[in-house]
Amino acid sequence: MPYRRSPSPCLDEPPKVAKCTAKPTSSGKDGGGENTEEAQPQPQPQPQPQAQSQPPSSNKRPSNSTPPPTQLSKIKYSGGPQIVKKERRQSSSRFNLSKNRELQKLPALKDSPTQEREELFIQKLRQCCVLFDFVSDPLSDLKFKEVKRAGLNEMVEYITHSRDVVTEAIYPEAVTMFSVNLFRTLPPSSNPTGAEFDPEEDEPTLEAAWPHLQLVYEFFLRFLESPDFQPNIAKKYIDQKFVLALLDLFDSEDPRERDFLKTILHRIYGKFLGLRAYIRRQINHIFYRFIYETEHHNGIAELLEILGSIINGFALPLKEEHKMFLIRVLLPLHKVKSLSVYHPQLAYCVVQFLEKESSLTEPVIVGLLKFWPKTHSPKEVMFLNELEEILDVIEPSEFSKVMEPLFRQLAKCVSSPHFQVAERALYYWNNEYIMSLISDNAARVLPIMFPALYRNSKSHWNKTIHGLIYNALKLFMEMNQKLFDDCTQQYKAEKQKGRFRMKEREEMWQKIEELARLNPQYPMFRAPPPLPPVYSMETETPTAEDIQLLKRTVETEAVQMLKDIKKEKVLLRRKSELPQDVYTIKALEAHKRAEEFLTASQEAL
Amino acid sequence: MNPCPCFFRLGKGRRGSIRFLSPPVFLSSDLQLLQWGSEGSLNHRDRNSTPQPLLNPRGGLLPCCPGAGRGRGLGAGREAVTSSRRRKNMAGASGLGTGPGAAGGDGDDSLYPIAVLIDELRNEDVQPPLENLATVEETVVRDKAVESLRQISQEHTPVALEAYFVPLVKRLASGDWFTSRTSACGLFSVCYPRASNAVKAEIRQQFRSLCSDDTPMVRRAAASKLGEFAKVLELDSVKSEIVPLFTNLASDEQDSVRLLAVEACVSIAQLLSQDDLETLVMPTLRQAAEDKSWRVRYMVADKFSELQKAMGPKITLNDLIPAFQNLLKDCEAEVRAAAAHKVKELGENLPIEDRETIIMNQILPYIKELVSDTNQHVKSALASVIMGLSTILGKENTIEHLLPLFLAQLKDECPEVRLNIISNLDCVNEVIGIRQLSQSLLPAIVELAEDAKWRVRLAIIEYMPLLAGQLGVEFFDEKLNSLCMAWLVDHVYAIREAATNNLMKLVQKFGTEWAQNTIVPKVLVMANDPNYLHRMTTLFCINALSEACGQEITTKQMLPIVLKMAGDQVANVRFNVAKSLQKIGPILDTNALQGEVKPVLQKLGQDEDMDVKYFAQEAISVVAQRLRKLDFPVKDSGEPSVPRADKNHFPRPRVPGEDTGKGPVYPLHGDTRDTLAQLEIAELVHFSQSRD
Repeated sequence: MPYRRSPSPCLDEPPKVAKCTAKPTSSGKDGGGENTEEAQPQPQPQPQPQAQSQPPSSNKRPSNSTPPPTQLSKIKYSGGPQIVKKERRQSSSRFNLSKNRELQKLPALKDSPTQEREELFIQKLRQCCVLFDFVSDPLSDLKFKEVKRAGLNEMVEYITHSRDVVTEAIYPEAVTMFSVNLFRTLPPSSNPTGAEFDPEEDEPTLEAAWPHLQLVYEFFLRFLESPDFQPNIAKKYIDQKFVLALLDLFDSEDPRERDFLKTILHRIYGKFLGLRAYIRRQINHIFYRFIYETEHHNGIAELLEILGSIINGFALPLKEEHKMFLIRVLLPLHKVKSLSVYHPQLAYCVVQFLEKESSLTEPVIVGLLKFWPKTHSPKEVMFLNELEEILDVIEPSEFSKVMEPLFRQLAKCVSSPHFQVAERALYYWNNEYIMSLISDNAARVLPIMFPALYRNSKSHWNKTIHGLIYNALKLFMEMNQKLFDDCTQQYKAEKQKGRFRMKEREEMWQKIEELARLNPQYPMFRAPPPLPPVYSMETETPTAEDIQLLKRTVETEAVQMLKDIKKEKVLLRRKSELPQDVYTIKALEAHKRAEEFLTASQEAL
Repeated sequence: MNPCPCFFRLGKGRRGSIRFLSPPVFLSSDLQLLQWGSEGSLNHRDRNSTPQPLLNPRGGLLPCCPGAGRGRGLGAGREAVTSSRRRKNMAGASGLGTGPGAAGGDGDDSLYPIAVLIDELRNEDVQPPLENLATVEETVVRDKAVESLRQISQEHTPVALEAYFVPLVKRLASGDWFTSRTSACGLFSVCYPRASNAVKAEIRQQFRSLCSDDTPMVRRAAASKLGEFAKVLELDSVKSEIVPLFTNLASDEQDSVRLLAVEACVSIAQLLSQDDLETLVMPTLRQAAEDKSWRVRYMVADKFSELQKAMGPKITLNDLIPAFQNLLKDCEAEVRAAAAHKVKELGENLPIEDRETIIMNQILPYIKELVSDTNQHVKSALASVIMGLSTILGKENTIEHLLPLFLAQLKDECPEVRLNIISNLDCVNEVIGIRQLSQSLLPAIVELAEDAKWRVRLAIIEYMPLLAGQLGVEFFDEKLNSLCMAWLVDHVYAIREAATNNLMKLVQKFGTEWAQNTIVPKVLVMANDPNYLHRMTTLFCINALSEACGQEITTKQMLPIVLKMAGDQVANVRFNVAKSLQKIGPILDTNALQGEVKPVLQKLGQDEDMDVKYFAQEAISVVAQRLRKLDFPVKDSGEPSVPRADKNHFPRPRVPGEDTGKGPVYPLHGDTRDTLAQLEIAELVHFSQSRD
């Protein structure tokens, strides 16, 4: 099948807001809403203008060209009385404090003669290798801290605005300065409000030494981005060991730090072709450990965001290694408890893969079904979100391969007693492309879905679900009247058969009970009084009127429903209300990203 | 969803009463049941008649490893079955749930576990599936498969081991995917001891290469099995091969590998002589104790006692004590807390003649610092062991040096620290007597007893019997009794419940006379409390106390109150009366049962509330049984066979179908005029579930 879209999205396309992954819930109950903090509060993804070459039958939505950025703060601050002023939530890793911390203020770079500038620059870089204490005594060495801060600031300016300053002698000094300041063992996560740090809702502990670290990161980023920067010289210093240490820092609790790390690693991946395979491998190792050993890592979302941009740039046909990555790493990532923290990025990666190679659809959907949550309803909603994104880009030929297991799962979701799950599944019936796929395969899909829809149209406890179900039934009815009637008949017949089987079984039990009664020990073990037979409850057979009645109800109720769907609203809910810290909020709000979206890293051929 | 009503009943209907999934299986598998019965006489002919749908595609008889199937091998097989089921379920097939009755085609499959159980398993049956399971991604499955393979290996003869098992280990060790290589790490040590020399060399070679595997997951697995592998090696090989591996792993780039090497260090150290330890192991261990990653240092602190024992007294004095001092003042609280936990064991493991001086001079100064640590976990870790030092240091040192520390900790702002001190009072009691402490103790106890957090209150209640025993009855009556009574009317159910149990333990300690004078009157007064929750507390107390108090008190003092409460206007109180009567029934004599209990129960049996009716009927049947036994004393089993009633304070879940199908599956006692009662029951259910 020819590709309908350009295989890799064009890069000059303006960045779009990350696609909405959380379909809003419509109920007004206060229990409504998901823990999908990552979602952009935008009700519906905007349909993209379709390429003209596209045949009219397909209204697949192309996905975005950039991965959804990781949110800096997981928590939506509701404002008001919840925000309290607390002791500063800060910690810092054990920096090996320098013995001699007395810094001499050096002359400004711009005031010194040109020929001495390189030497002065190096001196300043070395001066910044001195480490200070920000935790146990924040007020110590204030004067020297200021010297370092000013020095870093000046160097950031200098490297950004001056040309030809990144000379060969600067490389080792800059890399050393970065390593000394940043490469450290991260402290144990400390969470004073709870037993264990919960990445889904707890506030992060911020890095105390941030005033300096921020500038060090900033400087290094400018250094990498400088037009004079030559990867060929830098590769002597920015090597595998360096990358490994950099990756270790991704577990930092401070989102601002991870944000810088993300951009820096993305740049390194783009500039150092020799390190690419190594970086991917090490990221895999982090993921394996996260999935199978610890289930705890703070930087999964950021790493996936980078990978999203990497996958975006993969050349076609995909290498076997990359496919393995999808099946053995990305899919198992769905299993982890804290999925909500990184789900938008993960879903983006998966969809990217499928857009590149549609033949991967079947293993992906089978994989998703394998990891489908059994008890965790919010996670189930995320799966449904992702599945819809996948269905948005699915090839009809692939759809027919997976539709049976897929719709068996959807039938279960529609019957879920958790109304948000049922509701989210039923929203699929608002998606025109999915409906066109179902319509093409109605003969196989309808018989799977019909019993679940029919049963719940009466028995589900939530009224909203009833309306949505009638809507779905109506669409089915319009799709194929004859098939719909057949399904109704068959459902009734099945039910009849089921009752008969139940009756048989009940009689069997009674026989056993009677036999047991003959035993002299019977009174000792006597069970509570026998149940009244269940089979006698409902015995009518389906009639033509039944079907007519169903159709009429479907008509009226479904109309009612279509109005309701319009008034969707986003409800976000945290798992629990914990007091929030003003300082942390402010610090995170003040952080400026180096760039909003990661662009694709084109794969070297 | 499920068309099988029997399954429904099994899953939701009756707690605890197990029924077969469906009679058809039961009836049609009489053949299997017969064989099960005559398991001992099974032979291969029988096996062929048993359905074996999945396991053995090759068929035929295999003599390779006599005995592999019996005994432990059988258990291994069962585990493999459960694992494979689990995998199937995860793969999305609804598997067991749909049940054999649902579709006839599934019948064979459901017999499969039985087939495995009753049949004699051969190596061919278990090894290949286990090998597959040892390569799956799911860690739990893999670990279980490795565990089973390890058991199987024990059943092999040396020849069979080399013919069948070693090749399997090699295959796993050279697998493409890291999962099989991690599994292999756990299998070397079981096949090494019985392998021939040539194979031994190969095994060592393979273990070596896994220790330097490219994937950190494999290196971690190898590091965690290093100690175990070292134990089965010849001493020369340990020195020449294991020690270099250990040194390498202990300086791995990943701290998660390095910290596992610390664990291996304990096992390796036990194998080597003092001189070898000094030259081969100590440099690496010193390095680990000062590792830049706190996780590695934490591991050293955590394994300190084991290391101390393995290294012997000389190295302990020269090296480990200074390292321990550093750990006690480490910059990360986690490490300090782990070290603080080891203070007592460190002291106990020191040579008896010097330990007092070592602790006094080298450890105590650091402990004094920790008492005022900034981190509460460090303080509470210390508080949980510090009392243990008093036995080591003796009376004078304890009074002079430790007592001030205890007192300081009793006043600590963190309740956990205070609790830990109070919970270990018995150690000090032995050395200096509790009187020294009681002045400071009382305010601390009172404060904890009134703490705003119910978990703190709960914790102090648990220590009450212990405290009562040590402080004596007078002190208790004077200072603590009022606290114990106040807990009975706490607004948290868990506290009231714990307070009830506490009373029972106190009565066991102080005797019935004390109970009659101090406890029972106060408890019985609550029966007239306007709050029905307090009235129910009286009933719960009676349930707990009746046995300890004996027949006389129960009949004369408690029973009248219980009977009077049968007329309570709140249904919850009434059905708890029924439950109480059932509970105290065995203690009462026939007259009381016949003359007083039975009429009241019969009246309750006609109650308008269905839960009251239910529990009354249940109690009537138990009491009737008891009366029958008293009339014809055949063999009194003591405890009547009460179905699930006594410990659960919440009403029985209704059997589906009993009520015409409306309402939730577990209707709690819901009386609309009493929403508080509903809340209370929700609380009851909540707690009893969380305790389960």
